[in-house]
Amino acid sequence: MSKLKPREEYEKTHAFRFFRWLSGSKDPYVGEVEMQVQQTPVVPEETIIERMRESEMIRVRIYDKELNKTTRTFHKIYVTTAILFCCVLVAVLLMTVSYLPPSGDPSNPVNNVVSERYIEQGLQETGALNIVSGMILTYRAFDTFGETNVLFIATCCVMILLMVDDAILRKQEDINDRRFEPKNDAILQGTAFVLCPIIFIFGIYIILNGHLSPGGGFSGGAIMGAGLILYVSAFGFKKTQRFFNEHIYKIAKITALCMYGLIGTYFYMTGANEIENHIPLGIPGHILSSGIILPINICVGLEVACTMYAFYALFRRGGL
Amino acid sequence: MTTFQCILMGFLIVCAISVSFSRNLLNSILIYMSYSLIMSILWVCLESPDLAITEAAVGAGVTSVLFFATLKKIQAIRIEKDKTEKEEPENE
Repeated sequence: MSKLKPREEYEKTHAFRFFRWLSGSKDPYVGEVEMQVQQTPVVPEETIIERMRESEMIRVRIYDKELNKTTRTFHKIYVTTAILFCCVLVAVLLMTVSYLPPSGDPSNPVNNVVSERYIEQGLQETGALNIVSGMILTYRAFDTFGETNVLFIATCCVMILLMVDDAILRKQEDINDRRFEPKNDAILQGTAFVLCPIIFIFGIYIILNGHLSPGGGFSGGAIMGAGLILYVSAFGFKKTQRFFNEHIYKIAKITALCMYGLIGTYFYMTGANEIENHIPLGIPGHILSSGIILPINICVGLEVACTMYAFYALFRRGGL
Repeated sequence: MTTFQCILMGFLIVCAISVSFSRNLLNSILIYMSYSLIMSILWVCLESPDLAITEAAVGAGVTSVLFFATLKKIQAIRIEKDKTEKEEPENE
């Protein structure tokens, strides 16, 4: 049996200090670091004299006609050099383009084994009618995973820069931001009332049919994000927070990324070690087919929709 | 290349040049939006509808809205004081 430590003894241990630091109940700098009250800056007389002399010198230089002439010549030379440089650059680029092989030639370096394989065996190997999405989500799933991570990191950076933590300050920001525009605009609200459901359904359709028709996770997610932005600008943040607040945002975003990571890892591991994976490919053309493409499309769509909306909300009022 | 695509390409170049020569920032963004729309039609002509959807949603929609929000934040959208009517709200 362990002996209970008295309170004073426990407070001397490292564990107590660590947990106190973790919960933030005591500021470690208070009483430890020397702090001074800021004083109003006093400008010495020499600095004032120096500044006055400098401003006088600037005035003299402005009315110096000789100097003005040289500046004007320099400006002319500068502009002509810039235009010449642009023309040379355009010429070099056009020259390079003229050396490219003609498009549609069968002996082009683009038409190699890789694209042949994608076109000929893509349907059997991925089960997707849409070759593009079959390619980017199975053969090149690793690249797409990197892209999704880039989106996640971009939102994190925008959050670090623009997030306003204080709730009262955020409310003030919201009010200030809407100073010059009507809060309940009838035309905008009517348009949004008609358009928002159609936009959302179109976005969901594009995400779910990513393996059958043009589109996919990124396009559908961008459309859904645009619909969310339209809803917010018409009805305000208070109504949007009923179904999409910071909590739901965090859950959706992190779940989508983790799901993508898990599915992707399983797929890479089985593919790299030549083990048969247990995701059924289904019949091509059905909505529940083509293995990992459908769940990955849903994950990417959620991620992109959240990112688009978060960018707008953070730019607008510094919070979701 | 068909005549339609040539006309669209001409519009594209005109838009791209006038974006940088327009003095009003708001006008620049509107021209940039039309640039993205023309680009998305061109993507459809080049038989890549996925890119067209993305270009229309991201280029013409979300990016311009973000530009508008930024312009409002730095108060670059000028409001004329003489007019009593308020500034039009941003649309997509």
